[in-house]
Amino acid sequence: MSFNLSDIFKFPGGVHPPEHKVESTTQPIRTLPLPKKLVLPLRQHIGHIPKILVQVGDHVLKGQLLAEAHGHVSAAVHASTSGKVTAIDEQVIPHPSGLPDLCITLEADGKDEWLKHAPLDYLNMERSELIRRIAESGIVGLGGATFPTHVKLRPDAKHPVSTLILNGAECEPYITCDDLLMRERADEIVHGAMIMQMLLGSTECLIGLEDNKPEAVVAMNAAVAKANFNAKVVVVPTLYPSGDSRRLIALLTGKESPAKGRTTEIGVQCFNVATAQSLYRFIAHGETIVSRIVTLTGNVAQPGNYDALLGTSVRDLLQAAGGIRDNTDDYVMGGPMMGFSLPSVDVPMTKAMNCVIASTPDLFPPPPMEMPCIRCVACADACPVNLQPQELYWYSKSSNLEKAQEYQLFDCIECGCCSYVCPSHIPLVQYYRYAKSETIAQERAKRSADLARIRNDERLARIEREKLERAKKHAERTAKSENSGDNNEKKAAIEAAMARAKEQKETITPQNVENVSANVAAEIAAVDAARVQAAEKPE
Amino acid sequence: MTAALFVMIGLGLFLGLVLGFAALKFKVEGDPLVDQIDAILPQTQCGQCGYPGCKPYATAIAAGDADINQCPPGGEAGVKMLADLLGVEPKPLNAEHGVPKPKSVAVIDENICIGCTLCIQACPVDAILGAAKQMHTVITAECTGCELCVAPCPVDCITMEPLKEDIPHWKWRYPVIPIQVQVAA
Repeated sequence: MSFNLSDIFKFPGGVHPPEHKVESTTQPIRTLPLPKKLVLPLRQHIGHIPKILVQVGDHVLKGQLLAEAHGHVSAAVHASTSGKVTAIDEQVIPHPSGLPDLCITLEADGKDEWLKHAPLDYLNMERSELIRRIAESGIVGLGGATFPTHVKLRPDAKHPVSTLILNGAECEPYITCDDLLMRERADEIVHGAMIMQMLLGSTECLIGLEDNKPEAVVAMNAAVAKANFNAKVVVVPTLYPSGDSRRLIALLTGKESPAKGRTTEIGVQCFNVATAQSLYRFIAHGETIVSRIVTLTGNVAQPGNYDALLGTSVRDLLQAAGGIRDNTDDYVMGGPMMGFSLPSVDVPMTKAMNCVIASTPDLFPPPPMEMPCIRCVACADACPVNLQPQELYWYSKSSNLEKAQEYQLFDCIECGCCSYVCPSHIPLVQYYRYAKSETIAQERAKRSADLARIRNDERLARIEREKLERAKKHAERTAKSENSGDNNEKKAAIEAAMARAKEQKETITPQNVENVSANVAAEIAAVDAARVQAAEKPE
Repeated sequence: MTAALFVMIGLGLFLGLVLGFAALKFKVEGDPLVDQIDAILPQTQCGQCGYPGCKPYATAIAAGDADINQCPPGGEAGVKMLADLLGVEPKPLNAEHGVPKPKSVAVIDENICIGCTLCIQACPVDAILGAAKQMHTVITAECTGCELCVAPCPVDCITMEPLKEDIPHWKWRYPVIPIQVQVAA
């Protein structure tokens, strides 16, 4: 082990909860039997929902693209085994809300037949083309943040990356999937890191591990030496949350990441070790992401790490871990510090699921009653981001969101150190989460109100404009009919015609009335009299 | 004595010029108070307040013609913000103008729509798409849920559907402390 403790920097605060990692590290990674049914949520990453490419009834092969990345930040979803698409509908997904979301259901045909795939000739490929291919791989940050990896690998001329950091700290209690991955597949991780190094153009590579994983440190050092890769395995003291990317960056480089910016602004990019391994599998074998390693621990018969296909239900996972033991009342996804209770044991495994803990009331007793804050500021001492959790608590609790933002609410990483040390057992992080999502909702409402205002203004302007245009047209037409010369000529013509008719009428004289009999003369006189009478009093 | 007098007069003239120039140069177009009030209003443009839109209501509040509790979509929170801005006591919403409802959007039943364009003319934010004798549809993202399109429809094919909570819009709830009931012995 070639490291020197004096090379390690520090971050403020942090806690050291009981690790409970031994239970799940006694056995090597086991592979799960092929489940009959797989449910693949479309939202397994941060960003836009991908676009579905298949229909119900389609037969798909393992690794086939089911939904492609759509938008700037998005990730693809692939079939994790061969079989038939039986449904595309909303199902409950592993999310703290317990709400359903769009999923593709696959019925496995049992053959587990791969789509034809080949290694990528990445050394002779245009970099943009390679990034585009990685975007198709569906790889996201497998440490739990699930940010699409191809976005982080895109070249950024403004912020060149000089240091690549691989995150193998895995600081959260119970979780050991990265530990086992490093012990067993260190070569693949290191090769993945070499590809990342090439893509980013970085000159330095640091691999950070906590000192509670000596086997992994040995394996990683051996793999680095074997690959003749210019990387340094750095062992950091076990202290939660050193696995948070920005805390790890501080530990390894002594640089603090900007709160409102990206870590690339200080020339650092950080990836989880499992992400690097997945990238290697994709580049060197053409395998898209169809499985991940998940830690199954807590109240199960055979705790350990399992290589499971994405979309396997948690029920099937726990079955494979020897089944749950009596008294299990809850299933926690993630660790005890940042994890959440699964809404159902039938939810599918996703790319974010690194650990499932079958919990009992003994394992995670219900929190003691919340007592008033005594202003001891133990939370401020424990906060790894240098925030003032007690102030944030006041303002979040009273829904004074602007004030909470002034105290940098959004810099909180929700690590739970403050809640862990609070002697009054206040669920501080829950208050911060509430305040954060309320702020986001209000900002969203404000944006849509602004949009509505603009649209209403434009509409009123349009109505006004159309009214003016109509009035103008009307005025033009009237003016034309009054002033035009043609019209006067017409009038004169009509008058002339009327005068002619009148003249004619006056000059007209009755014919053949001279030499008529007395009878006829009398008749003519009668008709003339009747005509005069009719003319005198018209109906 | 005269020197002091001239200095004071000169100073007065100079400052007067500066102020006059500033008044022209930094002239504020429109009434800033109306815009501030309008920024608080939810822009539903529903007219429940009795004015033909949010801006006219804001103008009426600024002029002192309307009360601050006439906007149901803004809710009690909106009343409180208006009260803060105007330095008056917040008051409960006036039920005459309606009650707050969960945000909903208009949905046109496209099988029934006859393409009369009456709803398009009623929509204050141009969120309905269609043409005469062509089917109409609502652009959900731009619908404010004002319900103004519901009444004019001659075939009653528009319904208001409350927005369903989905994962991108889901919010963490305010932490509540479970109260334990102790049964008396």
